[in-house]
Amino acid sequence: MCTTCGCAQVDSAAAYVAPLTHETHAHEPHTHKSHTSNLTHTLAVHTRLLAKNDQFAQQNRDRFQACGLLALNFLSSPGSGKTALIEQTAKVWGGGAERVGVIVGDLATENDAQRLRSVGAIALQITTGSACHLEADMVAHALSHLDLDSLDLMVIENVGNLVCPAAYDLGEARRAVLLSVTEGEDKPLKYPTAFQSADVVILTKMDIAQAVGFDRTSAIDNIRHMAPRATVFELSVRTGEGIDTWVQYLQAQRQSINARNSGHRIQSF
Amino acid sequence: MHEVGLMENALAIALDYAARDQAHRIHKICLRVGALSGVEPEALRFAFDIVTQNTIAEAAQLEIEPCPTRCYCAACQTEFEPVDGGYECPTCRIWSAAILQGKELELASLEVS
Repeated sequence: MCTTCGCAQVDSAAAYVAPLTHETHAHEPHTHKSHTSNLTHTLAVHTRLLAKNDQFAQQNRDRFQACGLLALNFLSSPGSGKTALIEQTAKVWGGGAERVGVIVGDLATENDAQRLRSVGAIALQITTGSACHLEADMVAHALSHLDLDSLDLMVIENVGNLVCPAAYDLGEARRAVLLSVTEGEDKPLKYPTAFQSADVVILTKMDIAQAVGFDRTSAIDNIRHMAPRATVFELSVRTGEGIDTWVQYLQAQRQSINARNSGHRIQSF
Repeated sequence: MHEVGLMENALAIALDYAARDQAHRIHKICLRVGALSGVEPEALRFAFDIVTQNTIAEAAQLEIEPCPTRCYCAACQTEFEPVDGGYECPTCRIWSAAILQGKELELASLEVS
């Protein structure tokens, strides 16, 4: 029986050859083809839930590359020292702090952007309200307020959270995950998605490692297991330990991006 | 808790496909969710009930197909399913970063009428 109007047509042509039209019901004459869209049917979709975010991320990435800008996405728990490291990086940046742009995400307050501006960085605060992470369209909007050509380095400081931000590509060239020595050596095992996605893992507050009984070997071992290809840095903003190595790494990454860019330009002619 | 935002994305994609098919009701939404996607299926279900209210997907069934993590070990050239969040090959004990499956987060299919 037809499941749409209840008429006696059956699906099997062998069992019953029904007329294609029927006019015995109280409704308008129709063919069975007109029922097709009313029958429950399956649509194959296979679309990523983050497809729109990924489109914005690619646009951001293209903008960074066009300006020869090295873009970083900083992820960590709250209090791991993201803002302090960006401050210190801006202070010692070769071209001057005004060549360092920062987009900083927090649920509330302008405090971090003000801290970063006080050392000369070009900082924009995104207050996300209740959102636990930055998304690529938020970053795209912030970028429209910045003169990207005047910058060498763009740091996106994500909302302090090791879960949700890991899922969102913002268009960065390198993703850095910070782990402070007070947080526990097994954090890379507890938050595999974040650490798996890291290009760089930075151990921060190394100056108090001994005081808090930080097991460095175990932490590095866990990082190596979860992110075997990541570059690992150990540093302290307070003592300056490891900062030079970190900044040299960034300069080298920026040069390699620019070298690739000029290579593409040569090829395109 | 970004599952509400993700489910809003899923619903937007579903409504778009349903509209193009001239469907008037969505009966089922099937998602594929990888173990490494950072998404909690129960939180997705909670979000689903909220975001589908007053839409053609209200009362639809949400089907979540879990995708376990699968890695590839280059040393012994086999696939394996890691345990305890680590990526150690159970055969040769080497850690692998080659993830074949587990990051999926997609709207696979819809049932509409």
